[in-house]
Amino acid sequence: MVEEEGFRRYVAHIILWIGIAVVAFPVYIAFVASTQDNALIANGQMSLLPGGHFFETYYQTIFVGTSGSTREPVGNMMLNSLVMALLIAVGKIAISIISAYAIVYFRFPFRMPIFWIIFITLMLPVEVRIYPTYKIVADLHMLDSYAGLALPLIASATATLLFRQFFMTVPDELLEASRIDGAGPLRFFWDTLLPLSRTNMAALFVILFILGWNQYLWPLLITTRDDMQTIQIGIRKMITTTDALTEWPIVMATAVLAMLPPVFVVVVMQKLFVRGLVETEK
Amino acid sequence: MANVTLRNVRKTYPGGFEAIKGVNVDVGDGQFCVLVGPSGCGKSTLLRMVAGLETVTGGEIDIGGKVVNQVEPADRDIAMVFQNYALYPHMSVFNNMAYGLRNRGMKEAEIKSRVDEAARVLELTPMLERKPRQLSGGQRQRVAMGRAIVRQPKVFLFDEPLSNLDAKLRIAMRVEIRKLQRRLNTTSIYVTHDQLEAMTLADILVVMNGGQVEQVGNPLAIYEKPATTFVASFIGAPPMNLMATRPEEIRSQLAGSSAADAGILGIRPEDFVITDQAPDGGVALPLTVEAIERVGAETFVYGSREQEQQRIAANPGELPPGEIIVRIPGTEAPAIGAKIRVAAVRSKLHLFSADGRTRLEA
Repeated sequence: MVEEEGFRRYVAHIILWIGIAVVAFPVYIAFVASTQDNALIANGQMSLLPGGHFFETYYQTIFVGTSGSTREPVGNMMLNSLVMALLIAVGKIAISIISAYAIVYFRFPFRMPIFWIIFITLMLPVEVRIYPTYKIVADLHMLDSYAGLALPLIASATATLLFRQFFMTVPDELLEASRIDGAGPLRFFWDTLLPLSRTNMAALFVILFILGWNQYLWPLLITTRDDMQTIQIGIRKMITTTDALTEWPIVMATAVLAMLPPVFVVVVMQKLFVRGLVETEK
Repeated sequence: MANVTLRNVRKTYPGGFEAIKGVNVDVGDGQFCVLVGPSGCGKSTLLRMVAGLETVTGGEIDIGGKVVNQVEPADRDIAMVFQNYALYPHMSVFNNMAYGLRNRGMKEAEIKSRVDEAARVLELTPMLERKPRQLSGGQRQRVAMGRAIVRQPKVFLFDEPLSNLDAKLRIAMRVEIRKLQRRLNTTSIYVTHDQLEAMTLADILVVMNGGQVEQVGNPLAIYEKPATTFVASFIGAPPMNLMATRPEEIRSQLAGSSAADAGILGIRPEDFVITDQAPDGGVALPLTVEAIERVGAETFVYGSREQEQQRIAANPGELPPGEIIVRIPGTEAPAIGAKIRVAAVRSKLHLFSADGRTRLEA
């Protein structure tokens, strides 16, 4: 990094602080709103300082839910979101590391065509294939289930490509040394390739967990039961009320809660994440 | 303990490229065989075929009386040391050495005693718990050797194991490898492009070029009687001076020899002396000193001859046509531009046919 002198350095810092404020202020407002009385918010008299309803609002949000719209405790929604995000992240990593292993290390008929077919699926995200995917999931009776939430999102060309690139940088001699040491394909994968991919897997996990957590369209389509809805859907449903006042403190508390797990994952795995992106241990 | 015999071994790649064109080598029990040649000559391919990492498309590879063409690398009872060491980066030194033994289902106690013994021999005992990245190049090299030793295989295979080390360490490790191999008395095949390594390590030297064996034999015998101009220029540093015998200047000096019209005359730099007297039956050449290199113990004189038009077959390390290297004691140093005469006695002359493929007796 270039060291700047005096004035220019202050300018740079001021710009950075403005950036932080722009990003953080709405989050702060959401938090403040979640601690205020609903009537105050509805009247437009909300203070910019936290109110005194923190514990009761969050207790109600997590264990009871709104009194009007969904009546589903947010704790359960978070569990659904968590299960879905974990299934997607772990499933994607598991599937893609295995397919990348096959593509890089095995010579089988139509290896390259298969690789290109996987590559082409990059152009077919859920939004594009939503009708056929919905039909398949419905026919398999997987609506309103974790499998239905996660499975259609698990196949991942991006992760396969990433692992493929990584495997291609692993020296061939390592495979050869393993062969001479009497390790078969499974042993080599398990004893050598997986430990070497650890940082890559961690980096991918962070990205994929957030991706899974933030899914909106797909869960919206296939969950109909309240007890299967994810937190993202829950927020949406809480806001739409027909004849009652929207319970803004609870909506805001839900929004704050929805932010926490991704933040937690990033904070915990940040070190591994950065290492996975910049460093290779070979 | 085992012999390794290669019978007419061939390797043709699917694209039709013939990397190995029929190699016959017999390495006796406990012998140290060095495959040497320029890059791309097929020496590494041949070694990898012995290891089982490359398929054999023709001929037979025989280890300890058993043809192993179709045997998996792990079942050939060989151990290999790779150029880049190929240590498992995530395993400790101990586990690197123990991995192959564990895969064979050996008991932990036996593994531990073997690894400890190898670590002691290689002076790795204090480093057993470290990861490869915490080791220096020389230490990694020793771990790779340790991984081979603990297996107690029939054959050691070395694929340019020293080329990633700096010059000083390379010499030290070269001696270590030789001592270790002598003590364990395990048949070894060693690939290198460094002729000095080849000369110092080998019991049997195999000089390869273009997928074929140029010459097999005792290193000194090869040095003294190279079979082709390729071997002549490849073995020995600086390389042998090669010149056409056609110019009258040389032909007249070789009169009476069957080789007078032969084609190519070779004289090693160290066989020249600077003298004004033409030796009886030898060859004397007038030179203009173009450059000198003083390296301490000896001085290399680069001189040019006036008439030398014919270029000798292209070989690695070959001098530009008409240039001659002379190696003289380090105490002497002729001035640049000086006209000198150098001479070599008859017994030090090497004569080859015009195509460089056949050695002729002087």
